[in-house]
Amino acid sequence: MAQAAVQVDPQGDALLSVQNIEVIYDHVILVLKGVSLSVPERGVVALLGANGAGKTTTLKAISNLLRAERGEVTKGSIHFGGKRIDRQTPHELVQQGVIQVMEGRHCFEHLTVEENLLTGAYTRRDGHKAVMQDLEMVYRYFPRLKERRGSQAGYTSGGEQQMCAIGRALMSRPRMILLDEPSMGLAPQLVASIFETMKRLNEDEGVTFLLAEQNTTVALKYASYGYILESGRVVMDGAADVLSANEDVKEFYLGLSGSGRKSYRDVKHYKRRKRWLA
Amino acid sequence: MNLKHLAIGVVCSLGSIPVVGLLLQQLAEAAPNDIFFGWDFYIEVVVTGLLQGVMYALVALGFVLIFKASAIFNFAQGAMVLFAALAMVGFIEMGLHWTLAFLLAAVVMIIVAILIERVVLRPMVNQEPIILFMATIGIFFVLDGLGQTIWGSNVKALDIGISQTPWFVLQGEFFPGGLRLIPTEVVAAVVGALTVTLLAVLFQYTKVGRALRAVADDHQAALSVGIPLKFIWAIVWSVAGIVGLVAGVMWGTSLGVQFSLSLIALKALPVLILGGFTSIPGAIVGGLIVGVGEQVGEVFIGPLFGGAIQDWFAYMLAMIFLLFRPQGLFGERIIERV
Repeated sequence: MAQAAVQVDPQGDALLSVQNIEVIYDHVILVLKGVSLSVPERGVVALLGANGAGKTTTLKAISNLLRAERGEVTKGSIHFGGKRIDRQTPHELVQQGVIQVMEGRHCFEHLTVEENLLTGAYTRRDGHKAVMQDLEMVYRYFPRLKERRGSQAGYTSGGEQQMCAIGRALMSRPRMILLDEPSMGLAPQLVASIFETMKRLNEDEGVTFLLAEQNTTVALKYASYGYILESGRVVMDGAADVLSANEDVKEFYLGLSGSGRKSYRDVKHYKRRKRWLA
Repeated sequence: MNLKHLAIGVVCSLGSIPVVGLLLQQLAEAAPNDIFFGWDFYIEVVVTGLLQGVMYALVALGFVLIFKASAIFNFAQGAMVLFAALAMVGFIEMGLHWTLAFLLAAVVMIIVAILIERVVLRPMVNQEPIILFMATIGIFFVLDGLGQTIWGSNVKALDIGISQTPWFVLQGEFFPGGLRLIPTEVVAAVVGALTVTLLAVLFQYTKVGRALRAVADDHQAALSVGIPLKFIWAIVWSVAGIVGLVAGVMWGTSLGVQFSLSLIALKALPVLILGGFTSIPGAIVGGLIVGVGEQVGEVFIGPLFGGAIQDWFAYMLAMIFLLFRPQGLFGERIIERV
C-alpha cells in the first residue's frame, strides 16, 4: 500500500511533483501529514486553505527554507523537472530555477529597490550584461519600481514591496516561482494588479507559479487548478472552475452561501479523505 | 551613501575641534592654576587623540562587520585580536619575515573563522540573539586559552620595523618644538584609513558586499534568493578576523602582545555606541571622537577632577549618547512600516 503511494503522479510529467510529504518542526510538531500535489510546466496552481492549514510550510518544504527554521521533510519526496530535490539547499534550488517569494514580502529594508532586485541575481553566472537586460525586463513589468529604484526598500509602500519581492525573484531567471500570500495587506486594486502581472509573466515569460493564498476568490480567478489544505492535509483538489462551483468551497472559502446558514451537522468532514493513499 | 555620511561626520568632528578649543581656553582662564592651555599644545593633544582613535576604530570595525552581517554581538572580537597577534608573533619567532608572518596569521584567522562558522554558528542557526551572544563568550575563552596554550602567556614584543622614537614635524613658529608624533600611531592611522576605504568599497560596490548587506537586513530573505549563508558568514568572520589582526599588530607594536590586548575590546564598546553598531563610518567617527575626547578630557579637564578621567570618560560619553541617540551617530534608522 505504502509502496504504491510513492509511485502516484496524477498529472504525468509535471514540472513539480510533491508526493506524500510529511513535515516535522523541531523534531516534535507534525505540520504536514502527507501532502501530494503536482504543478504542470507553465501552469498556475493555487494552494488554498485557512490560517495554519500548512500552505506556507508546503512552499517552504519545496524551496527548502524549512531547514533554517528547524523543520524537516521526514517522509515523501519532491521532484522538480524529473529530479529529486528534497535534499538540496535553497542556493542549489534557486540555481535550478525554483525560487520562493516569502509571505510578508521580506525586502532588504536598507538596500535600495534596485539593489534588492540585483540580489536576486546572486546565483547567476551568465554575466553582467544578461543581468542588466533582466533588470530592464523587471522594470517593464513593474514601471513603478523604476521610479523608486533609488529609494531604500523599507520606505516604499506595501504594494511596491510586493512588486520588489516578485521582481527580485524574477532576477534569478526562475522556471517556477513559489508565491506566498501576495495579497496580504494590500488594497483590492493592488491585489488585482499584482495578479494581472503574475498572469502576464506566466503567459509571456513562461514562468510557472505555485501560489499560496487565503484570498480564495482572487486565487481561483487566476489559477487553473487548486488544492485545498486543511490541518496539514489536502482535502480537495480540482480545476479552478470546478472548485469555484463546489457548494462547500463556496460556503467556507468564498463566503457565498446559496441556501442560508447551514447547521454544522450537515457539514461534510473532509479530513477523512486520504487521497494520498489512493 | 556610506561615504557621504563619512564625509559629513569627519567634517563635523573636525569643525568641533576649534570650538572645543575656545571653550577650553575660557576654562583655562577661569582656573589658571589647574589648567594650562596653549593652541600648539592643544593641537598636539588632539592629533595624539585622533591617532589613538583610529586604533580604537580598528577594533570597533571587527564588531561592526559581524554585527551587520549576522546581528551577533561578537564578544570574542577582543580574543580574536589577541589570537591573531599571538599567531603573528609566533610566526616571527619561527624566523619568518614579518610580512610573511602577517599573511600566515591572516590564513590562521580565516581558518578560525571557518571553524567558528562550522562548529558554533551552523548548529545555532535561528536561535535567539542572546544565545548566540553567550556562544561568543564561549569563543572568547576558547581562543584566549588556546592562544596562550600554544604561544605562552608572557608579554611579547612585536616589531614590524617601525621606530619607537617620536617624530617632530612642522617645526616652526607655531610649534616651537615641532609637533610630536608617534610613528606607530601614524602608521596605524594610515593602515586604518586604507582598511576602511577598502571595506567601504567592498560593501558598497561588489556583489558579495551587496549580499553581505542583504544578509544583515533579513537573512531568511537572503536564503530565499539563493545567497548561501554559510559562505557569507565564513567571509564576514574571516574579514573580521583579518581586521582584528591589523588591530592586533598595531596595538601589539605599541603595547606588546599580551593578555590585556583582548580587553581593548571593552574600549570598543563606547566607540560602537557612539558610532552605531551597524555603521562602518560610525566605527571610524566614533573611534576618533572617543580618542580625541579621552586625550583632551584627560589633559584639560582631568586636573579639575584630580586626573585619571581617561578610563571612564568614553563610557560617560557613551551613556549620554544612549540617552539621546540610542542608534548612534550613523546607526541604521530602525525602519518600521506596516
